[in-house]
Amino acid sequence: MAKLLQVNHLRTTFATSTGLVRAVDGVSWDVEEGETVALVGESGCGKSVSALSIMRLIAPPAGRIESGEIFFKGRDLLRLSDEEMREVRGSEIAMVFQEPMTSLNPVLTVGRQLTEGMEIHYRTQPAAARARALKLLEMVGISDPERRLPQYPHHFSGGMRQRIMIAMALACNPQLILADEPTTALDVTIQAQILELMRNLSRELGVAMLIITHNLGVVARYADRVNVMYAGRIIEQATAAELYANPRHPYTLGLLHSVPRLDEPRRARLDPIEGQPPDLTRLPPGCAFQPRCKYRVERCVEAPPLVPLDAAGHCAACWEAANIASASRVTA
Amino acid sequence: MSETLLEVRDLVKHFPVGGGVLSKKTGIVRAVDGVSFDLHRGETLGLVGESGCGKTTTGRCILQLERPTSGTIRFQGEELTTLPPTAMRKLRRHMQVIFQDPYSSLNPRMTIGQIIEEPLKVHAIVTEAPARAERARDLLTQVGLLPQHAKRYPHQLSGGQRQRVGIARALAMEPALIVCDEPVSALDVSIQAQIVNLLEDLQGRFGLTYLFIAHDLSVVRHISDRVVVMYLGKVVEIADRTSLYEAPLHPYTRALLSAVPIPDPKLEARREHIVLRGEVPSPLNPPSGCVFHPRCPVAIARCAAEVPALREITPGHCAACHLA
Repeated sequence: MAKLLQVNHLRTTFATSTGLVRAVDGVSWDVEEGETVALVGESGCGKSVSALSIMRLIAPPAGRIESGEIFFKGRDLLRLSDEEMREVRGSEIAMVFQEPMTSLNPVLTVGRQLTEGMEIHYRTQPAAARARALKLLEMVGISDPERRLPQYPHHFSGGMRQRIMIAMALACNPQLILADEPTTALDVTIQAQILELMRNLSRELGVAMLIITHNLGVVARYADRVNVMYAGRIIEQATAAELYANPRHPYTLGLLHSVPRLDEPRRARLDPIEGQPPDLTRLPPGCAFQPRCKYRVERCVEAPPLVPLDAAGHCAACWEAANIASASRVTA
Repeated sequence: MSETLLEVRDLVKHFPVGGGVLSKKTGIVRAVDGVSFDLHRGETLGLVGESGCGKTTTGRCILQLERPTSGTIRFQGEELTTLPPTAMRKLRRHMQVIFQDPYSSLNPRMTIGQIIEEPLKVHAIVTEAPARAERARDLLTQVGLLPQHAKRYPHQLSGGQRQRVGIARALAMEPALIVCDEPVSALDVSIQAQIVNLLEDLQGRFGLTYLFIAHDLSVVRHISDRVVVMYLGKVVEIADRTSLYEAPLHPYTRALLSAVPIPDPKLEARREHIVLRGEVPSPLNPPSGCVFHPRCPVAIARCAAEVPALREITPGHCAACHLA
């Protein structure tokens, strides 16, 4: 399959009062046509900043994409002019945010917000745009679209608003949707509805999807491939099936062991990852995870590179990755 | 069976909507609509449900932070709903609360030491200042922080550390009951397990009783002895942990359990997922009969007409469903 998106050595920094923060620190990953890729990690690991960098929505002067390449269908997005980039946003790459209420415009009707992109990007005539908006609402499972179109976002519940966000993202037939924690603000049963909807639409329309989440369960259910991030770097990269069956980075292993699971007998105790999440302004030398790591060795003061462990492309950034393979099998 | 610490019977809390100075009263939100359960000393009772199901309001009514519309709440044998304010203040030290967001529940202008000492001072538990400071340092150690954290301010701590401070403050009162309202849902995954383990350790050490309010069913299974499932202000199922998770009786509980994604792609591919139709109806205008019937995959005609009573189906396992 062809690479739709290829991110190479991306580095995005923010100037803060306490120093320069490398929110994304030289990451490389890709998305193939039609597949669903996940960026997983905890708050501050750089997963959202990665998506915003692709859209070139990093706010200057504090935020800056320092280096790297973002190839989308062969073009480096970082070299496009502002006008060219505006053409890409919304029409070729669309975004779905976590909080649908704050990302919808409260003073515009849903109909207006759905048609705006089409009219701007494709100069669609208002009547045609309206017809497409009705179709989109139907696709995302909103009943009675004729009545719903002239309503405002506050007339809709949280789950309905997220459906509208998805309809907006689909409006211009993008090839890639970046979904930043699309269901985190929603209730469990509504989360299941929205994720199911996104998966079905992605399959029917062949849209590739980048899901950004902290929820390992969501990743397991919906992603083809996974990138695990920690302190601005990718520390493990694999297909979803491989990552869960055979985690090779101590952080991934720690995350999987720290959550209670409904399918397993209840454990007497959870195995947390000890210590605190990293402070990006004061990272330790070498591997950022070493202060919390059970497998730490002397060499960890040198940053481990993300290297392939097998022919299938399972990569991990850990000096001890070989030993961890056996450790995870023993505990499993 | 151990002693009953808390007994909630037919608890109802209705909030009027509108009815301000200028507008007419337009309706009633039935936030909690006839909730009954017991909490035994030393156990953890999980209270689960989606947003708006009334789980937090139930917790607030128990703490008397909300006046219930009707119903009774007996705590250590005393009826709280009719207790005069002075007596309630005295009793309150025996029931403490841990909130979801440890940042907004800690005063940003007070040091951690002052935050923990405050209740000791207010309730005149430790009157000497040096002894209070000592007690605060001791509590910090109990929750896995360092004595020198007493001099810091909340913004200097991480989310997980702040939640530990919230726990230390609750412990300072040597309470019998702690209402934990979503205590881990704002924390990072790697930190959640630390806090869950801490809560369990403290329960063992001090014989605490927890009412654990949460929406994460996997965490609730881990920590609870028994679980109450709420939907739209009503209890739909109560059971001990094992029977609730292994043999759920109410269709809503089954849907909730099936909606929780499991971190294992192979298992997820094989698993049957019940995706509920529609959304939670408004508590302003709840459906007739069983409040779950418009979304229920197995509803029959009777469900729209008749409210199902919470019945004991097997010993200790109650469900409010005509088909259970």
